Amino acid sequence: MQPQPRREILIAGALALVLLVLMPALNAWVPQDSLLHVSNFTINVWGKYLAYGILAISVDLLWGYTGLLSLGQALFFSLGGYMLGMHLMLMIGKLGQYKSDLPDFLVFLGHTFLPAFWKPFYSFAFAMLMVFLLPMLLAKVFGFLAFRSRIKGVYFSILTQALTYGASLMFFRNDMLLGGNNGFTDFKFLLGADIRSAGTQRTLYICTGIALMAVYFGCRWLTRTKFGLIQRAIRDSETRVLFSGYSAANYKLFVFVVAAGIASLGGALYVTQVGIINPSEMTPDKSLEAVVWVAVGGRGTLVGPILGAVVVNALKSWATRAIPDLWLILLGSLFLGVVLFLPEGLISIPAKIRSLFTRSKPLDPQESAVSKANAPAA
Amino acid sequence: MADLLAAIFDQVHTRNLSMKVLNNSAKALLALTGMVFTHSAFAADTVKVGVLHSLSGTMAISETSLRDVLLYTFDEINAKGGVMGKKIEPVVVDGASNWPLFAEKAKQLLEKDKAAVVFGCWTSVSRKSVLPVFEKNNGLLFYPVQYEGEEESKNVFYTAEAVNQQATPAVDYMLGKKKEKFYLLGSDYVYPQTTNLVLLEYLLSKGVPIENIGGGFKKDASGKIISAGKYTPFGHTDYQQIVAEIKQFSAGGKACVINTLNGDTNVPFFKEYAAAGLTAESCPVVSFSISEDEFRALPAKQLVGQLGCWTYFQSVKSDANKKFISSFQTWLKDTKVDGVKKEGRVTCSPMVLSYDGVYLWKAAVEKAGSFDVDKVREALKGGLSFDGPGGKVTTQKNMHLTKNVFIGETKADGQFKILKEYKDVFGEPWLKGTFKAK
Repeated sequence: MQPQPRREILIAGALALVLLVLMPALNAWVPQDSLLHVSNFTINVWGKYLAYGILAISVDLLWGYTGLLSLGQALFFSLGGYMLGMHLMLMIGKLGQYKSDLPDFLVFLGHTFLPAFWKPFYSFAFAMLMVFLLPMLLAKVFGFLAFRSRIKGVYFSILTQALTYGASLMFFRNDMLLGGNNGFTDFKFLLGADIRSAGTQRTLYICTGIALMAVYFGCRWLTRTKFGLIQRAIRDSETRVLFSGYSAANYKLFVFVVAAGIASLGGALYVTQVGIINPSEMTPDKSLEAVVWVAVGGRGTLVGPILGAVVVNALKSWATRAIPDLWLILLGSLFLGVVLFLPEGLISIPAKIRSLFTRSKPLDPQESAVSKANAPAA
Repeated sequence: MADLLAAIFDQVHTRNLSMKVLNNSAKALLALTGMVFTHSAFAADTVKVGVLHSLSGTMAISETSLRDVLLYTFDEINAKGGVMGKKIEPVVVDGASNWPLFAEKAKQLLEKDKAAVVFGCWTSVSRKSVLPVFEKNNGLLFYPVQYEGEEESKNVFYTAEAVNQQATPAVDYMLGKKKEKFYLLGSDYVYPQTTNLVLLEYLLSKGVPIENIGGGFKKDASGKIISAGKYTPFGHTDYQQIVAEIKQFSAGGKACVINTLNGDTNVPFFKEYAAAGLTAESCPVVSFSISEDEFRALPAKQLVGQLGCWTYFQSVKSDANKKFISSFQTWLKDTKVDGVKKEGRVTCSPMVLSYDGVYLWKAAVEKAGSFDVDKVREALKGGLSFDGPGGKVTTQKNMHLTKNVFIGETKADGQFKILKEYKDVFGEPWLKGTFKAK
């Protein structure tokens, strides 16, 4: 069941209060030895989860709302990370291993001057512009070719997967002058602030939270406009949309480009908090992971993907420490369990419980998906 | 109780002084509730030690062995009373061959678990990923696997082989065998690239003419060589062309191949190599990434007669090694740790360097009389020795290790026959530019 608009805003507001105000406050002002203290580590991993949440929304916007299963969203996520990462690499200055103005890996490769395409990245504003521009441009070109040729369904998924795989192979090469296998790491400063200090990390965490909120409400608005209606119509029956005189390809292209921008924003925020970006982030399995989060949380809702990203990654963080030998089995059973017993994802649990109490028959998944999709627009 | 109240007032008071008026009450309230829930400190008779390796993903096959040997070492030390009277409490985490996850786990070990020391990492990228975390928290990492050098951090102790403890001795050995032509081949990442650049300089300094160094060069605009040797991506399978090139290169005899290919790409390479009629006699291959442990997954038959170079082989004949192997095997049989494979286990250089690392850390703690990282580091820099399974190892001021280097010949059972030993080789991380051409 979709929460009623007012209730949804209340829930979102409450969550925002806890995540964006309470947690940073407990981190900043409660003494370290207190049980109520939220550690820097917790703030840092939650920043990562929220950045993943942004990626998950971008997957859902395509998959859950438009029926385009993109297995290449991690590419756009990583590109965002790389674009900001280039700026962060230049901000290290002479503090690297070689005490050179050049990033370490360039010195290591024997370069004596900065390649031309690196130079504009001294500017933070340019790097942020590229965070959006480059992935969206790539999405535009790829999407234009794919949608114009009416590539859909599993073929679209395979193509996006091939795209991200090809890109990862390219980025693995040292000749790309983007750090090769090691990628970018050892960042020191962001806008003059020490990127590793607790204060900066807290600020970045709050920025990520705000970005997630903005993306969430932005997508919520988009999916409830007339545009959103056509988006879902394409998902449910593309041919009918075509016969009704709409250019489905243009609609799909727009969503694909927007989703690329969203994923890229998530990636840029991710890099500042995780501290490393390398080509293994754009291998196909990372994109698949994001799809799994969406499936676990509940696709076709916007809260579900965030929930899925947070739950799966928090579980992974906990289990790789608590049961390092069995965590894959645990995660695997979670996925199986959700697919078998909760096809609508974790988000549907409250509705299921409620239906137990009211003794009405459980909602038909198909019907509920359609009804919740249509309700606000009707 | 009175103490607690006093502490609360004290806390609130001192905080009030430094706080801005606006946030006063909110912060005080938080501080107060915080204090009420403060945990009581408990006397610990254990010391937490982190183990940060990949137990899943592509690196699991190699790194799980290091987890096993570390747990074995901790048990061995605990049975003899621990470190300064404290039992080692291992905190094992899974880096899952996922580099950002390595950074997260390192943060967890240092910030949450307050691990006194961490043993871990295999790939260079995982080390690069955790390095900022160790530097920020002033932690201590023991890194046990051959690496490219070009790095020195006060928060990492490199028990690993530096390039001059593997690659240059191997070249010396080949030069001693009257080899005149060297073909450089590796996977495209930082370790092979650096090793080969160092080898290029080294070979030139030994009077080997540049046309006798195979694999190709890449030059920058000014004509300076920035990359030497042939590189293939990870997971590359088609070595037909490269092997054909090697065959042509070695046609006049007196040639050898210096192989820094990584992991399973070695399988198609050696298959192709044998198929092309190249043998250990006509053109030997010396590999730096294939140890006994790798032969659990690679077919040894195709590599018989080919060379390896490490600072330990299971076939090292010494009492320390005999004892190490037999007690490790006994431990494997008895252990109840989940996920430890019990059959077909061997020992190899990274495992022994992990083992040495734990004992060196123990010695440093005991010498420093403290678990404090700064004091332990000073003790480590002071030149501690340990008689490990591969012979005596001694810590150096630059946080590397002086150790013996062995050249071995692969046998069909995946073991090495030791051909040559270089005693007490000093670990030197900064080698690029140190060898001058004649």
